Amino acid sequence: MLKTILIPLTLLLAAMGVQASEAGYPLDHMEPDVHDQPSLQRGMQTYMNYCMGCHSLQYQRYKRTADDLGIPDALMLEHLVFDPATKIGDLITNNMSTENAKKWFGAAPPDLTLHNNLKGGPDWIYTYLRTFYADSKRPLGVNNLVFENVGMPHALVGLQGTQNYVCKQVPRLAANGGGMRDPLTDEYITEELCGNELVERGYNPLELVEGSGSLSVAEYDQVVYDLANFLYYMAEPARLERTRVGWYVLLFLAFFYVFAWLLGREYHKAFHK
Amino acid sequence: MAKLEQQLKGIMRWVDDRLPVTETYEKHMSKYYAPKNFNIWYIFGVLSFVVLVNQLLTGIWLTMSYTPTGEGAFKSIEYIMRDVEYGWLLRYMHSTGASAFFVVVYLHMFRGLMYGSYQKPRELIWVFGMLIYLALMAEGFFGYLLPWGNMSYWGAQVIVSLAGAIPVVGDSLAVWVRGDFNMSGITLNRFFALHVVAVPIVLLVLVVLHILALHEVGSNNPDGVDIKKHLDEDGKPLDGIPFHPYYTIGHDVPAIIMFLIIFSAVMFFFPDGGGYLLEHPNYEPADPLKTPNLIAPVWYYTPYYSMLRAATFPLFGMTAKFWGLVVMAGAIAILFVVPWLDKSPVKSMRYKGLPSKLFLTAFVICFFILGYLGTVHPTPMRTIVAQICTAIYFAFFLLMPWYTSVEKTKPVPDRVT
Repeated sequence: MLKTILIPLTLLLAAMGVQASEAGYPLDHMEPDVHDQPSLQRGMQTYMNYCMGCHSLQYQRYKRTADDLGIPDALMLEHLVFDPATKIGDLITNNMSTENAKKWFGAAPPDLTLHNNLKGGPDWIYTYLRTFYADSKRPLGVNNLVFENVGMPHALVGLQGTQNYVCKQVPRLAANGGGMRDPLTDEYITEELCGNELVERGYNPLELVEGSGSLSVAEYDQVVYDLANFLYYMAEPARLERTRVGWYVLLFLAFFYVFAWLLGREYHKAFHK
Repeated sequence: MAKLEQQLKGIMRWVDDRLPVTETYEKHMSKYYAPKNFNIWYIFGVLSFVVLVNQLLTGIWLTMSYTPTGEGAFKSIEYIMRDVEYGWLLRYMHSTGASAFFVVVYLHMFRGLMYGSYQKPRELIWVFGMLIYLALMAEGFFGYLLPWGNMSYWGAQVIVSLAGAIPVVGDSLAVWVRGDFNMSGITLNRFFALHVVAVPIVLLVLVVLHILALHEVGSNNPDGVDIKKHLDEDGKPLDGIPFHPYYTIGHDVPAIIMFLIIFSAVMFFFPDGGGYLLEHPNYEPADPLKTPNLIAPVWYYTPYYSMLRAATFPLFGMTAKFWGLVVMAGAIAILFVVPWLDKSPVKSMRYKGLPSKLFLTAFVICFFILGYLGTVHPTPMRTIVAQICTAIYFAFFLLMPWYTSVEKTKPVPDRVT
């Protein structure tokens, strides 16, 4: 009878899908690590310098963040808090008014404390911040692959540089699904694909303008990784403690189970004799 | 030592003369004889009690830090998650507990269907159980609004607006339930009152009635035979053993710990259950202007939600939405009359015929499929599957009087096996 339950359950689990953004662009995966304090500290530094002006972290306090990230209070106040009136126990809020924000960007920039969980993980922001491209049709001159017609400017453009939405020469597909090759030269026969056609074939439709940003591609990816990692921490600061306590609880229960089972066995013997 | 024992006995006698403590203890624990052939399916009643206690205790502590207002609710949840000592633990125990409650209750109900625990003379136990299930659904529904996230808001909005499908009084009814023309802080306040005061009281009363009714007639068992038919010279059932300590210590404690291990594994390591226990859109505050991409209730309601959506055409001058409501309400209502639909001379599935077994299997598979379909966007194909499964769901019950009376049953043994 157990099978009656297990078979549909297995089917149900198998039916759960793959992640993609609302715009349909497949998200790049990143593996967050809340134990990597240097990464979280760099992420917070980037956040406070580039994001905080518009996006608050209003449910979280500076003190908690400083403690979890291993930043001494004094250093935090000196380098990461720009308003001298702010105290270490305050919530991480900013001064942008909703009315102004709506006027400037069309929509108020959302608070990002819980953004990671809202998107179901760090992949969204990790991909989003790496897929801005120049688009002269948009009021701020940029568009985004993950968030179509986004109202936000590319805040990290100085670091990343400008990306253009381009067409690329890619190998033509053979009937067997591999790249088609010239039978004489053995070189790939290419075709020009643009936009979604490139995405479908697994190519990035964006191309970086050489030298337009201050960081290399790898360095920029690291900056975005750290930032996404920081927001991953931010969505649930209790995560660190939760998993640590969880192991102790499971160990205790496993230990307890052995003795409960042994005691139970004695009673079992008594009534099955 | 002997003197102390005498004194304690004296105190107990004094109390017993005024309040039947010992008598109650014996009736419900040490001299309550349970069949000795219980299997793993008989643990879920005890487990639902464990989860109930968990929900009550964590709920009380959450209430201490929660703000039941439209302005403060969402923020107070994050306050609990970040600033309250072990607030995250209390909240996750409560949110995981809600799902665990439905897991164990569904398994408990399935046990009842499988072994015919609702059959004479246990009809009332089943009916009280169904009332508990109903109260539990209400409790879960009211509680789900309290975090005041966007899915809380829109989920409640969809369900309350269903009342609007009732002809003539529908719209006024929806306004009456909400206390406002839209979901608002007023709705939140009344749902809070219902969630923390009204429904829990009802639940506790029903649980007491459920257990009293059970202990009056005694537990069924996997063979569905009556253990009271064979008594020893003292009048105790030969196939029965005292509930305490044989089942409590012998079975229940290890099983409860095993359950807690599974529960803790989920709670500590996957508290949002991949978006199925805590849904992603609920991580932003309620926004009446921003509808989530996909409004799906939490998994334990999704089978019924699928049935609601499976009604896609108007009939007899009534809207499809109205029929959806009727189907959904009917799906729950029909559970109440199961004791009178089953005409089989035997209780347990072990001795029932093939039709009963096939129908129960189809019913369970359909319940899972409907549950899955309720979590995803409807497509024409999915709607057809949902309609077929809804039909099978109802067929299981409506055809029960027929297939349980015509099928060939196996002989039931005289004693438990």
